Amino acid sequence: MKQKKKWYDYLWIVSLTYLVLGFFNILFAWLGMACFIIPLVISIVKGSKGYCNRYCGRGQLFALLGGRFGLSRKRDMPKWMKSKWFRYGFLIFFFAMFFQMLWNTYLVFAGAQDLKQVVTLLWTFKLPWHWAYHGTLFSDGVAQFAFGFYSVMLTSTVLGVVTMILFKPRSWCVYCPMGTMTQLICKAKAGACKKEGLR
Amino acid sequence: MQETKKIRKKASIPQKECVACGCCVKVCLLGAISIYKGIYAQVDTDKCVGCGKCAKECPASIICVAETQEGQVK
Ligand code: SF4
Ligand code: SF4
Ligand code: SF4
Repeated sequence: MKQKKKWYDYLWIVSLTYLVLGFFNILFAWLGMACFIIPLVISIVKGSKGYCNRYCGRGQLFALLGGRFGLSRKRDMPKWMKSKWFRYGFLIFFFAMFFQMLWNTYLVFAGAQDLKQVVTLLWTFKLPWHWAYHGTLFSDGVAQFAFGFYSVMLTSTVLGVVTMILFKPRSWCVYCPMGTMTQLICKAKAGACKKEGLR
Repeated sequence: MQETKKIRKKASIPQKECVACGCCVKVCLLGAISIYKGIYAQVDTDKCVGCGKCAKECPASIICVAETQEGQVK
């Protein structure tokens, strides 16, 4: 018996296209908001990880590259990497960085800071990215958010690819902030927090 | 050693370590795994044949395929 491919099994194409588009016009980065909003809505409304389990193109991309294309050593992850403190810690760190990015966007909106045409990789390395910026019809803040958001997406892709190569194809899914967060929401929804002693 | 009792291999998943990513669900050809309320993966031991595909796929490497007796994991 073979599992039939559904339309949503091809969403990795969307993820790949998204990453490529960011090299041509940074404003496409805004589309990535879908990767934040859809999983949250599914977990809050339906109380399931339907996004991870079905629709996430990023997870599919890693499964494809690491599985079919064999770009993975397929080793076990180190224990600390799948521990709760690392997963929750990374979630907190990720969001702290995310809010810092929003703050920078706000400063540009407010005119207190100039637009920086860079993509920041791994929260440290500033890559010049002016070639993907052709002006915006709106405030500079709109473009600043695009640069910031694309930085987030590229950083998580790079981390995901590194752990894909070192460990299992979808190792990223173990510490993916969206995955961790939607699981937490589902836990809260199911009232399982008490049982787990998490409070 | 050579027992005639029903001894079959089944997958088992520790709930607390599962991140509910669903990688195991996708590879199980028998549809024996489901994600319970987005919290953890569950194995239907009636359907599972112990092929071990899910254990290989699980990014957290937490699935254990072991011999069971009468549906109970030892
Ligand atoms: S854990 Fe993250 S990358 Fe993996 S399927 Fe879920 S949202 Fe996608
Ligand atoms: S061992 Fe094989 S049959 Fe059993 S749950 Fe895993 S993939 Fe499915
Ligand atoms: S692949 Fe592993 S971590 Fe993911 S849902 Fe299955 S058992 Fe849980």
